[in-house]
Amino acid sequence: MYQNYLKLLDKMAKNKNRMSNEINAGSMADIAFLLLIFFLVTTTIASDKGILNILPPKQDPNVPPPDIKVNERNIFAILINANNDLLVEGEYRRTTDDLDKDIKEFILNFGDPDEEAVALFNSLPASLKSQALRRPESSDHPGEAVVSIKTDRGTSYELYLEVFDAAKKAYFEIYAERVGLTADEYRALTGDDEASKALQDRGKEGIPMAISIAEPNKIGGN
Amino acid sequence: MSKFAKKPKPLPAVSTASLPDIVFMLLFFFMVTTVLREQDLLVEQKIPQATQLQKLQNKTLISYIFIGKPKNTGLYGSEPRIQANDVLIGTPDIVQWVNQERDLLPEADRGLITISMKVDKDVKMGPVSDVQTELRNADARRVLYASSTKVPN
Repeated sequence: MYQNYLKLLDKMAKNKNRMSNEINAGSMADIAFLLLIFFLVTTTIASDKGILNILPPKQDPNVPPPDIKVNERNIFAILINANNDLLVEGEYRRTTDDLDKDIKEFILNFGDPDEEAVALFNSLPASLKSQALRRPESSDHPGEAVVSIKTDRGTSYELYLEVFDAAKKAYFEIYAERVGLTADEYRALTGDDEASKALQDRGKEGIPMAISIAEPNKIGGN
Repeated sequence: MSKFAKKPKPLPAVSTASLPDIVFMLLFFFMVTTVLREQDLLVEQKIPQATQLQKLQNKTLISYIFIGKPKNTGLYGSEPRIQANDVLIGTPDIVQWVNQERDLLPEADRGLITISMKVDKDVKMGPVSDVQTELRNADARRVLYASSTKVPN
């Protein structure tokens, strides 16, 4: 009786051994899918994307601010009040549409270029040259042109960013067109290697990105 | 004609043996790109959209500052607050915080510290400009206005 039992056990063990020779991998895909879906749901792809801005250096309270004389025509003034109304060059606007085009026109105006600016103008590709309207009331040349953004404390950050974005867009489009890239390609340049650094510098040369952000007025905020 | 009148052969079943491999590949991709959020957000964050985005290469140089309405309005009020690391700080503390963050960087990179400002859409310019003034005081002048890509319409 006992021996019979042992035999049975032996048989079972053998059977078990033979069974475990091959693990069924069919459910592997299911497990992988489960994990995949978990990571899909929990992933937030880190986005370190944004609009870069270099703030001006701190002002020394003992040194009076330098008295810089800039002609009115060389400033593209954008005012945004606490009601989120825009005043662009003295004109009321409801939206930021076409603001980038106006800024681009303003930068490339070449109303009264000096010798250096004439050389700069001659180095530009024909597509940019044709955008120089040479209006006397707009900027003298890109080296002088300043885009000024002034807000109130109550202005919404979203609208401010939209305007800042438009100003950046105008400059990037000029830079990109100069080196024969699209604005997206130009912005993607890292400046890590020689070639992309050279392209970047060639785009910027002589046309500084002059976006001035004034201290906000104490209206409508806290 | 007989050339074209062949009987169509029954198609062999598509092998699904490589399915697990494909799935694993996807799995690894998401595992690698996943960044588990290491800090709890105490303020609301609806990031605005913009078009002219730039990506920064060196992530170690970036420190994050969050500005928005506190989630727990009962405790912190409903005015926009500033969060750095995982605490809410006041505007005057920013200089100290920037200096701490800067000290964590290797010496050669300290001048290149970039502050990524993650500001909620509904915040007004007042707090934003206060923070910027403090950042100027701390001489951390590279600022990134964090924003997501706007789809042009």
